[in-house]
Amino acid sequence: MNDKKWIIAGIVVFLAIFAFPFWYNMGKAAPAPEVKLTEKAKAAKQCVMPTEYMRAEHMQLLDVWRHNVVRNAEREFVNTEGKTFNMSLSNTCMDCHANKADFCDKCHDYASVDPYCWDCHLDRSKENE
Amino acid sequence: MSDLPKPEEMLKTDRRPSATGWMDTPVEIKKGIACYAGNPKSLEYVGLPNPRTWSCFDEDWQLPENWQEIIHEGLKERLERFRSFKIFMDICVRCGACADKCHFFIGTGDPKNMPVIRAELIRSVYRNDFTKAGKILGSLGGGRKMTMDVLKEWWSYFFQCTECRRCSVFCPYGIDTAEITIMGRELLNLIGLNIDWIATPVANCYRTGNHLGIQPHAFKDMIDFFVDDIEEVTGLKLEPQFNKKGADILFITPSGDVFADPGTYTTMGYLMLFHFLKEKYGLDVTWSTYASEGGNFGFFTSHEMMKRLNSKMYAEAKRLGVKWILGGECGHMWRVIHQYMDTMNGPADFLEEPVNPITGTKFENARSTKMVHIAEFTADLIKHGKLDLDPSRNDHLRVTFHDSCNPARGMGLLDEPRYVINKVCNNFYEMPANTIREQTFCCGSGAGLNAGENMELRMAGGMPRANAVKYVHEKYGVNMLACICAIDRAALPAMTEYWIPEVDVTGVHEMVGNALILPGEQKRETDLRLEPLPGVEAETEDEAKEEEADE
Amino acid sequence: MNKHYLYALLAVIVLFFVAYVGAEVFGLRIIFGVLIPYLAVIVFIAGFIYKVMGWARSAVPFRIPTTCGQQKSLPWIQPNKIDCPNSTGAVVIRMILEVCCFRSLFRNTKMSLEEGDKLTYRWEIWLWVFALAFHYSFLVVILRHFRLFTEPVPFFIQLLEKVDGFFRIEVLYDTIQTGLPGVFLSGLVLLAAVTFLLLRRILLPQMRYISLAADYFPLFLIFGIAFTGILMRYFTKIDVTAAKSLAMGLVTFHPTAPKGIGGIFYAHLFFVSILLAYFPFSKLMHFAGVFLSPTRNLTTNTREKRHENPWNYPVPVHTYDEYEDEFREKMVEAGLPVDKPFEKPPETLSDEKADSSA
Repeated sequence: MNDKKWIIAGIVVFLAIFAFPFWYNMGKAAPAPEVKLTEKAKAAKQCVMPTEYMRAEHMQLLDVWRHNVVRNAEREFVNTEGKTFNMSLSNTCMDCHANKADFCDKCHDYASVDPYCWDCHLDRSKENE
Repeated sequence: MSDLPKPEEMLKTDRRPSATGWMDTPVEIKKGIACYAGNPKSLEYVGLPNPRTWSCFDEDWQLPENWQEIIHEGLKERLERFRSFKIFMDICVRCGACADKCHFFIGTGDPKNMPVIRAELIRSVYRNDFTKAGKILGSLGGGRKMTMDVLKEWWSYFFQCTECRRCSVFCPYGIDTAEITIMGRELLNLIGLNIDWIATPVANCYRTGNHLGIQPHAFKDMIDFFVDDIEEVTGLKLEPQFNKKGADILFITPSGDVFADPGTYTTMGYLMLFHFLKEKYGLDVTWSTYASEGGNFGFFTSHEMMKRLNSKMYAEAKRLGVKWILGGECGHMWRVIHQYMDTMNGPADFLEEPVNPITGTKFENARSTKMVHIAEFTADLIKHGKLDLDPSRNDHLRVTFHDSCNPARGMGLLDEPRYVINKVCNNFYEMPANTIREQTFCCGSGAGLNAGENMELRMAGGMPRANAVKYVHEKYGVNMLACICAIDRAALPAMTEYWIPEVDVTGVHEMVGNALILPGEQKRETDLRLEPLPGVEAETEDEAKEEEADE
Repeated sequence: MNKHYLYALLAVIVLFFVAYVGAEVFGLRIIFGVLIPYLAVIVFIAGFIYKVMGWARSAVPFRIPTTCGQQKSLPWIQPNKIDCPNSTGAVVIRMILEVCCFRSLFRNTKMSLEEGDKLTYRWEIWLWVFALAFHYSFLVVILRHFRLFTEPVPFFIQLLEKVDGFFRIEVLYDTIQTGLPGVFLSGLVLLAAVTFLLLRRILLPQMRYISLAADYFPLFLIFGIAFTGILMRYFTKIDVTAAKSLAMGLVTFHPTAPKGIGGIFYAHLFFVSILLAYFPFSKLMHFAGVFLSPTRNLTTNTREKRHENPWNYPVPVHTYDEYEDEFREKMVEAGLPVDKPFEKPPETLSDEKADSSA
């Protein structure tokens, strides 16, 4: 019984699936998107929290904000440096980061993340255009 | 038998494993479990290595000096020859699904009888000898060196496995302990470790054509004895044919059924069936004294020995010029025929594709091997109404059916015998679903373990089967355990006597013989066991007494 | 006894600290983020091919399927086409059910002694349930990670993420808030299943008895992978963009090891690398082996179609002629037909002697 060809075919199929990322991305250089800051954001120098924190934890921060606003009717956020902010995605975050497409979407698309912020919140950047 | 623990005690055996790991628990070769070593004369006769007188209870097993090397080389050779073996060495994840599927584990409670550990006995040596990880990590990686203790463990546990394949049904990767045990026994045989209950039948079979060493004239005598018994029952003098050239069909069945009760009654059933077919339809069936063994204890020795013994079937069929071969009721015989014979000793191009000349049925499933199972053959005859049957003659029997391991899990012969049973008797009851068909439990004595000195092991191994029989006995009053295996017929009576003495053992074709109405027969007053048939008993009792008085 | 799982656990803990300390304290990001992953993939692929081709090299001398149902014999007897497959097509179905549904494990029973003397066998489904849960959730987890290895992310990966995150599990209390980013069920199921399989091995005496360190190690390792993954996603958080740029760097052969992803990430990656490199040399190869198991992947029509054995060598046999030579006289006396006529040997005297001694 000569089943070697079937076994080799099996190995080839498996390795093709295993190596999918290698050949799928072949010839493409896909550098991580750079976050684009608006002039206002650049001027502010720092977000409500340090950049490193924001990069990793922004969704958690927004979650806490939403909870505090919606459930506890609290509106004030005091950061580690003692600065106070209004807990609002549309009015605080988007005030600086008015460029949703360049600021939010690029990274979200890159990481295949589909946040549900915009299910409710309006994307004002579109209105501005 | 007197040393045996009581059934109640055996049933409650402790199945919890010991606290110390299995590798750290040295083997204990016990009386009642172990079998006697192979007779050197038998080994010599068939050229098996290292013939000598020895005992497994001795300290010194008188092995060749380089035995470790022989085992290592043997292991290497088998890994190349058998993909099954190599894969089964590599892929077991020890999920434990097989553990409580083994009748020997259930019966003895010995944790090394869990199929997974039985395989680990070889696997540990394989890891040490053939894998880098095993060599580096040692016992932590599950590897160990081949030592005398390991060898004794192999010997002990590969002769505590009946190669029944029940674990293989449940294994998610189909790992078959039968395959492991087959390899283990082959390796043991390379250095002269065998048991006499296998080695001597092998030598006998090689010389005389059958395991029991019955020489041709004696074989004929024994069959003639059955002819006399049948005459007593039916009033007809049968004329079985031996070694007849030009017969239609060569019939081969295990010699055990020619030798000992209750298998002998099954042989009488065959004789009556063939007589019926000859008288009514002119079918010419011959027996052979040269190929007078269906079973193949070579299968329990090595693949090579299996082939050597099996060669007689095709050789004799060719010499006699028959059309095809019919095989009697037997377990491992049918595993060999179904899965090995054609590959080993075929192609059987000198035979015809089997056709039942009476019904015209082509046995397409046997097209290449050209050997048909008698249950297939008889079921076909009955289905076409070619047999005259009176199932009420078996009315005193309340029957259950024990699927033999090999036809069930090595062949898939499940419904044919059931069909025959249902047509020849009126009271048939199945045992619980998890104990029949592909999940059937072994008799506990297969694969050459049907010896006398290991009775404790046999009774323990038979426990799950007996327990299921007991269940139908209590629920339906079952008093007869039907089977299609000569080893069963030799082993189960001892098992039922120990566990459930109210139940007797029969072959399916014994019941066929009882039910079959032969042309011109006298009114039957007894069954094939010469026991009075119920119903006719009352009217004939007086006559019988008179006859006795006359004598 | 316990040394088996203690050593395995210890090994995984050591591996964790090696990566964590290596990346966090010594800043060996290139080693743990680039070199070791590449090495692991090479070892995996080479080892995998070596192992499977090793199996392929071994012969399949006999067709030895385990039949788990009625054979195809007489036309009026219903065969069990899947469990006793008579054709290649049926074998394919049997194999698909075996590989995808763990059909044999589904049959699992548990033996117990009831009412003092009745051996009973109950259907034991939990091992099957958790084994299935384990393998499928692991598969989904692996496929989901392709989002970090592909750009743009293919639609089927996004679809898988949608399905996996279908239940929006969010915990919203003043003291604890979690669930963002959206909870994937597969990760939790994987952790639960691997925990079950571990506890089963550690707590059941029979399982503990048969388990080797090699059985605990992959479980602890996969537990570690799932645990660090969940920790990063829902609790400690990492810069996913940075993580993806590392992953993309690997698959486009422009490796980078960006800052901003901490020790936990490197421990996670190191665990995966170890698992990959360990895979071909371990029982994990059951993944490939199950396809090649001769008791499952062969047809059962062994009497219908001859199987060839590539090493079928001739063996010594006891021929009929030899047999007749030995027994001819007795056969003739018993009236059995013989091929060559029997002639009494000339020295009748010695014959008589032999007779009388017998």
